[in-house]
Amino acid sequence: MNALARRRYSKSAPVILVLMLLAALTAIGFAASGSPAKASTATANDVAEGQKLFAANCASCHGMDAQGTEGVAPSLIGVGAAAVNFQVGTGRMPAQQSGPQVQAKRPQFAQPQIDQLAAYVASLGEGPAVPTAEMVDPALGDPAVGMEIFRTNCAMCHGSIGGGGALTQGKFAPNLWSTSNTHIFEAMLVGPQSMPVFNDANITPENKRNIIAYLDFQKQGSPGGLPLGSIGPVAEGFWGWLVALGLIIASTVYVGARAS
Amino acid sequence: MSTDEKQQTTPTHVDGEWVDPGLPYHRPRRADVDPKAAKRAERQVAVLFGISILGTIASIAVYFAQDQTEEVASIRLVNGLLGASLFLAMIGIGIGAIHWARTLMRDHEMIEERHPMRSSDEGRAGAIQNLKDGAEDSGLTTSRRTLLKGSLITAVAIAPLAVLVPQIGNMGGDWNVSQFRHTMWKKGTRLARDPDGTPIKASDVTIGSVFHVIPEGLNELEHGKLEEKAKAIVLLIRMDPAALNLQPGKEDWSFDGIIAYSKVCTHVGCPVALYEQQTHHLLCPCHQSTFDVANGAKVIFGPAKRPLPQLPIAVDDEGYIVAQSDFHEPVGPSYWDRLKGTTPEPTAAASNEGADA
Repeated sequence: MNALARRRYSKSAPVILVLMLLAALTAIGFAASGSPAKASTATANDVAEGQKLFAANCASCHGMDAQGTEGVAPSLIGVGAAAVNFQVGTGRMPAQQSGPQVQAKRPQFAQPQIDQLAAYVASLGEGPAVPTAEMVDPALGDPAVGMEIFRTNCAMCHGSIGGGGALTQGKFAPNLWSTSNTHIFEAMLVGPQSMPVFNDANITPENKRNIIAYLDFQKQGSPGGLPLGSIGPVAEGFWGWLVALGLIIASTVYVGARAS
Repeated sequence: MSTDEKQQTTPTHVDGEWVDPGLPYHRPRRADVDPKAAKRAERQVAVLFGISILGTIASIAVYFAQDQTEEVASIRLVNGLLGASLFLAMIGIGIGAIHWARTLMRDHEMIEERHPMRSSDEGRAGAIQNLKDGAEDSGLTTSRRTLLKGSLITAVAIAPLAVLVPQIGNMGGDWNVSQFRHTMWKKGTRLARDPDGTPIKASDVTIGSVFHVIPEGLNELEHGKLEEKAKAIVLLIRMDPAALNLQPGKEDWSFDGIIAYSKVCTHVGCPVALYEQQTHHLLCPCHQSTFDVANGAKVIFGPAKRPLPQLPIAVDDEGYIVAQSDFHEPVGPSYWDRLKGTTPEPTAAASNEGADA
C-alpha cells in the first residue's frame, strides 16, 4: 500500500478515464427523423408519370412491366401502393447495394413522385393502399391495447418498446422510434423483407393504430434512468462493468492514496 | 520499494540474512507543516459536509414541492431531482469524511509486532491431557455404556431427516411427468389468435403471414390457464406451397402452405417466434437456435437438438383452421423418458435438402 501511495502517477487518471467512458457511452443511440407521408387520390396522369419514373429508376431490376427478375428482384404486381410508399418513402428503394438486408436511407424521391410511383404500381394489380391520416393517428389509438398486441406479435424481433434487435446472418429488425406512423402501418400490411405480413385479418386496422399509439407513447422517453439504447442486457452490462466498476476502482484509489 | 528514500541507504541483506528495513521515511503532508494549508483543508471538509446538508434539504424540498402528474416527462424530472439531491447528500458525507481523514487526522505509521503463534509446551501437554481425561470419563473409548453410545449415534444419524424429508418432499411439486406429454390441443380444437382468442379462418392467413396462436377456449379456463398456454402456444405460418417441403408421413398435416409448429424451443423452452419471411428461418431469441420452417423445422443452427413439434392442422366446414390431434410428441425441452409411450416418428430431416444453413 505504501508502494501504491508513493507511485507518482497522475491521481486524476482514473477519473478522466471514467468520464471519457461516460461521454462515449452517452453518445450511443441517436437516430435521424423520418418523413411523414399522406394518402392521396391517384389520377390517370399520376399513373403515366409513375410509369415513366418506374422505367427510369426501378425497371433495371424489377423489369419494364414490374414482373420482377428471377433471383434479383421480386414482381411488384399486386404489392399495392402501400408497399411502394414504404419502400421508396423510407429510402430502402431504390436499393443502394445488395446485402443481407436493404437498409433505410434518405429518400431518393419527393413525396409527389413517390405517390406517382405508387399509383403506377397500384394500377398493375390490386394490393394494400396507403392508409389515411386518420388510420395512423396515435391520438385515436389506445396505447394499452397496442402494448398487448405489440408484445405478442412484434416484441420478439423489435424489442419490448420498439428498440429493434438482431436477426440471423446480418439481418436485423430496425428500431421504430424514428419511423413515421404511416410507414409503421404499411410495414405491418405488406411485410417488407424479412418481416412477416400482418394483414387486417390478423391485426385489425384499429389494433394497428393502437400499436402506433403504443410506439408513439415511447417517444416520451423513459420515466427514470438512462435507456442506453433500450437494447437490453448487452448495453446495461457494458455500462455496469465499465462505468460502475470504473467508479468503484477510482474511489478505491482515491481513498487509498496519500494526501499531498 | 526501490524508490524508498530510506532503503537506498539501508541494505536489505547483510551476510545473506534479511534485515528489517524499518519504517520508510515519513513525509509530512502540507497540512502538517503549513497552518494555512490545514485551515484550508478544514474549510474544504466543512464545505463538503455543507453540500451534504444542502442535498438533504433539497431532497426534502423536492419531495414536498413536487407536482407530479401522469406525464412521463414530469415523473422523469421529479425522479432526476430526487436522485441528484440524494446523491449530493450521500457523496458529501463520504468525500468529506475521507478528505478529513486524509488531510487532517493523524497519519503516523504504526507497527504491530507479531508474536509467536505456538503455545507453550506446558499448555499443549495440559490441553491433550484434558481431552484424554474427558474421553476416559465419558466411557466412549471403552466397552462401558454401550446403551448410551448406541442411542447417541442413532440420534445424530437420523436428526438431519427432520430437515431433509420435507425438503425432498417439496421438490418439484408434482412428479407426474405424463402431463408434459399432452397439451390442450385435441381433434377439432380451433386455432385462435393470441391474445384475444378469436378463431382463425384459412382465408385470413395470406402468404407470408404469421399468426401467434392459442387453442380456442384457453381464455375461458378458470384454472391453470398460464400452464396450458405455456405448453400449447403455436406459430401459424403460410408460405408459398411450392417453397414448403412436406415431410414424409406428415403430408396431410398442413393446408395449402399453412403450417403450424410449437412455439416452445426444444432447447430450453423459450418462445421461438422470430420468423424471417424470405428465408423461412425461425430464430429463438435466447440462444439463437434456428429452425427451417420450410423443411420440417429442422435445426440449422444453434444448441437445439430436435425440430420443433408440428401440430397437424385441417380446415373445418366453416373454413376455420382446426387441429387434427394433439402434438404427436412432447413439446419443449428434452427430459427423461420423453418418448416413452409415443409412436416413433418417421425420421424426416435427412431426406430433404434446400436449407442454406
